[in-house]
Amino acid sequence: MTAVATREATLAAEPTHHGIARVTKSQWFSPAAAVVMFLVALFFIPAFFDSFWIANFTQMAVFSIVAASAGLLYGRVGLVSLGQVASYGIGCWVTIRLSFGTPWPFPIIVIIGGLAAVLVGVLIGLPALRVSGLYLALVTLMLAAGMEIVLNNFKFANGGPGFKGVATSLSDIKPTRRPSFALTDVTYYRFLVVGAFVMFILASLLLSRKPGRAWESIRQSEAAALAAGIDVTRYKLLAFALAAFMAGVAGGLYAGTVPKGMSIDAFNRQSAIFLIAVVIMGGIYSLWGGLLGAFFATCLLKFLTQNVIGHQFWTRFALSLFGFGLLVNLIQSTRAAEKKGIQA
Amino acid sequence: MIDVVELSVHFGGVVSLDQMTVQFPEGTCGLIGPNGAGKTTFFNVLSGFVRPRSGRITAMGVDLLAMPSFKRARWGLRRTFQTEQAIEKLTVFENVATVYEHSDTGGKSGRTAAVEEALDFVGLTDQAQQTVRTMGAKERRFIEVARAVVGKPKIIMLDEPAAGLPDAETALLGRIIRSIPERVGATVILVDHDMSLVQACCDWTAVLDFGRLLASGPTAEVLRDRNVMRAYLGTEEVAS
Repeated sequence: MTAVATREATLAAEPTHHGIARVTKSQWFSPAAAVVMFLVALFFIPAFFDSFWIANFTQMAVFSIVAASAGLLYGRVGLVSLGQVASYGIGCWVTIRLSFGTPWPFPIIVIIGGLAAVLVGVLIGLPALRVSGLYLALVTLMLAAGMEIVLNNFKFANGGPGFKGVATSLSDIKPTRRPSFALTDVTYYRFLVVGAFVMFILASLLLSRKPGRAWESIRQSEAAALAAGIDVTRYKLLAFALAAFMAGVAGGLYAGTVPKGMSIDAFNRQSAIFLIAVVIMGGIYSLWGGLLGAFFATCLLKFLTQNVIGHQFWTRFALSLFGFGLLVNLIQSTRAAEKKGIQA
Repeated sequence: MIDVVELSVHFGGVVSLDQMTVQFPEGTCGLIGPNGAGKTTFFNVLSGFVRPRSGRITAMGVDLLAMPSFKRARWGLRRTFQTEQAIEKLTVFENVATVYEHSDTGGKSGRTAAVEEALDFVGLTDQAQQTVRTMGAKERRFIEVARAVVGKPKIIMLDEPAAGLPDAETALLGRIIRSIPERVGATVILVDHDMSLVQACCDWTAVLDFGRLLASGPTAEVLRDRNVMRAYLGTEEVAS
């Protein structure tokens, strides 16, 4: 088919970039950077850092998956969910329970933990489909609070009897299992890096394909998405399912980092809010934001605590810093929305 | 053909559409009327964003109101909005491809060819890989049209596509719109305040005023209709 009329070129062709911009704007930049980061995390970090820092990088690897999952919901689909810690907690609980109850290989039980989280994530998603914005944040925060109560009641399994698998006497408490090929802290750290890498690949594969385009359309305007034939309900549920799977797997991977007596502190309401603040500080649009946010929340915070000033001060100061970052972000996005409204 | 029978839409106490009965023939149809006449409401009913209080809409033998909103779009009902809705963070190609991959006619195999055909149709082939965010309002209008024509749509609703466009671009857009029935095979309903655009594009026109159908028929006749002129000029004394 030929054009009805040849339009005079009103716009210059894609601008050509020079120097550094030419490299960073290339379509291969992001995958290449991801592979380099992966290799650095896998080989460079264990070679140059001691066990204290390995423990921190381990936390960072776990946290980056949870942060990326929350960032994906917020940044790519426009759903502010504070319920990601619930999925994270479910994944952790199921993985720990199965690690005591079954002889199945560790990666398998982590995936089962992720799938259990999907079930919960979709259940959270169903009522959440009817609300958005602040209301969605509130609904999901309530669900996170409910999850906290449930976990508080159930406790994490520690080798005891029954469905809960909780031993009461100290002598019966057994350590949480790790995969047979990753028993030491360093090998377990490497196992986590691989796990995080796989989760990031999974997310970016979906983001760069049909679901990613549908989510982007929904984020910009649900009406326009419907008018384009996008089943908004289905794609929102898919987003909740993916984010829950990522967070659940992260929970499962986290299980092996705490040798004995997992506490629910990592999965409470405060963690839910801290998580979203971290995600916003890291940047919500790119998956890299999850990594950056996790770096702030774990390694940077530890570095400041260790080297700059006393423990108490920094932990509290960092929390207010994240609060400040959240505020700046909200003001900026409101301004951006207003500006857009004037232009439209 | 789109058969609208006694369509009524109420918002609280406000009657937006009042027993609207009209038959849009195949081809390019105009839908005009003063501000607040119910034109966009009619589009929103067709899209499934507004539920009518009563009435029927049958398009090509299909009961449109029985389908959920997104299924109507998949079936082949496309629309543009008054404010451009092209997805800012995606490229022009991805924007058009998104609509194609969610349509009933859109298979995986013909995607590239279909998108390229639609881009060629509106003259955006050279900008296919450009991100929409970097593009101006004018180009976005044409992206919207490309999104509406990709695949094999059956009905295309254009809501003030020429608003804010300079004359030269409006004339070009008019030629593109006029060729849609022949090239794409879809029936077009065009809402616009630019009478010269409606006259240039549409053989047939319906006029709405205060939610009621005032007149319908061949465009030239409708625009000479006394009731229509009165609605636009607002001379109440001539009322019969």
